[in-house]
Amino acid sequence: MSALTQRLPKLGGAILRSVLIGLLAVAIFGPLLNMLIWTVAEAWYFPAKLPIRWGFQFWHRVFRPEAGAMAALWTSIIIALMTVALSLLVSIPAGYALSRRTLPLRGVFLLIFLLPQAFPAIAVHMNIARIFYGLGLNGTLWGVMLVHAIQGLVFSVWIASAAFASVDSEQVEAARNLGATPWRAFVSVSLPQAAPGLMASAIFVFLISLDEFSGTFFVGVPEVRTLPLTMLNAALEGNYQIASITALLLLVPSIAFMLFVEKFLKADVLAKVGT
Amino acid sequence: MQKRSSYPLALLLLSPALLMVGLLFIYPLGYSLSYAFRNEKSATWDLSNFEKAFSLYGNDIVYTLVILVMATTLTGLFALAIGGYLTLGENKRAVSFLRWLYRWPLFIPMVVAGQLMRTFLAKNGMLNNALMSLGILDPINAMSMLDWRGVVITFVWKQLPFAALLISGAMASMDRSMIEAARNLGASRLRALVEIVIPQIKATLLVALILSFVTMLSALSVPMMIIAGSPTMITVDMAWRVNSYGDYGVANALGFISCAMSGVVAWFYLRHSVREQTATR
Repeated sequence: MSALTQRLPKLGGAILRSVLIGLLAVAIFGPLLNMLIWTVAEAWYFPAKLPIRWGFQFWHRVFRPEAGAMAALWTSIIIALMTVALSLLVSIPAGYALSRRTLPLRGVFLLIFLLPQAFPAIAVHMNIARIFYGLGLNGTLWGVMLVHAIQGLVFSVWIASAAFASVDSEQVEAARNLGATPWRAFVSVSLPQAAPGLMASAIFVFLISLDEFSGTFFVGVPEVRTLPLTMLNAALEGNYQIASITALLLLVPSIAFMLFVEKFLKADVLAKVGT
Repeated sequence: MQKRSSYPLALLLLSPALLMVGLLFIYPLGYSLSYAFRNEKSATWDLSNFEKAFSLYGNDIVYTLVILVMATTLTGLFALAIGGYLTLGENKRAVSFLRWLYRWPLFIPMVVAGQLMRTFLAKNGMLNNALMSLGILDPINAMSMLDWRGVVITFVWKQLPFAALLISGAMASMDRSMIEAARNLGASRLRALVEIVIPQIKATLLVALILSFVTMLSALSVPMMIIAGSPTMITVDMAWRVNSYGDYGVANALGFISCAMSGVVAWFYLRHSVREQTATR
């Protein structure tokens, strides 16, 4: 009898636990599943619970050149690669300088790079658009690249700084003692050791650029049309299939990165980010 | 070891990145904050943009604030629940499944989250269909949740993994001996979470919530996709003022108001961390 009264609350707890975790799983995967169904639904009207006709007809439509989705995908990828190049160019030297804990005002510098993340981006983006308009940068790939780069800067600088901080300083010292110039020691010792962390920061920036919306909305449109903007247009036109297929194209790299992030960003580097 | 002469070199290495922040963030932000007070018609500085912003979009400002406070609160509560179970859970399989599960939306773009919810929460979306199939919902009462509720759900869905990741990380690096002691003295897990774990990770909780608040405050795509018409969030109003009227004055006044909102939460954080530092001294 007493064994039963002890086991009952345990059983109740197990059921409650399964129900709560199950609900969370439904909440997370439900929207994703709904989108996947839309990508292969040719006809789906209320109140049918599942599509009336299934098929890949809309996939052909998305990949037709006149749909513009392929062009938008290429534009997105080109801008993302340009953004990564610019970010690495400025964050490698900055991260290297910030990796030394003895640097005076180091905390202030780290905070300055966080600022763009601490203010609502819209107010900044619409004024960048106004300034870029005067410079002829509106509606150009260069203009969009600059807006994307500032959005990802805190991640690229902080991760680069953490990557250089985890470089074995004794090896650098050894190289210097053997007569290597500081530049030579940097290129042959520090840079190769920091490379995985820099790779992680590059992937991070690539994703931020691929997904960026409001900056492109103010600075790029209508000349530069990236994939997120194409998706928004399709969604607002009520074309759920096209919107869902473009959403899927944007989702794949994000989820792949989520699943493999620990491979790129080793724990020792991760622990040093922002410190 | 660090030579004094290397400081100019460090500054030189930092200068391109600092220049970027200056030109592409601080300058436009200053421009935005000051031109909120610019009256373009009379070419003077006054509060006319704010008067116009409040009379046209007063409702939207309140609406935005309510949505953000609700979404941030829910994100915090759910993140504490997830972090708490990951730290105190006793069933190993449930813990490792939850750890695998909760992170999925982490890197999903806001704009994609908006699209997912647009289909999921629609009148004929999967949520209603599932509830109807289970007999919980009458087809006649089926309605779309694509209004403030949809925005709150989307924001929580998207920000929860980020907040839970930070919070569970902080909980994992905590000293476990106090938890064990309390548990041995017969404290329930809920009580251990509320009275021992949460007070120790307060700083991380605040950071996670502030960053989530600002992210939601900056999201243009989600309200644009989820809410049709008015009332809507002020990010949409800003885009509308600029794109339809070229009215930067009112848009910048709204921008000033949204910066003030994020300023208030940042002030809470600074006050907390200052108090924390004086307490440890």
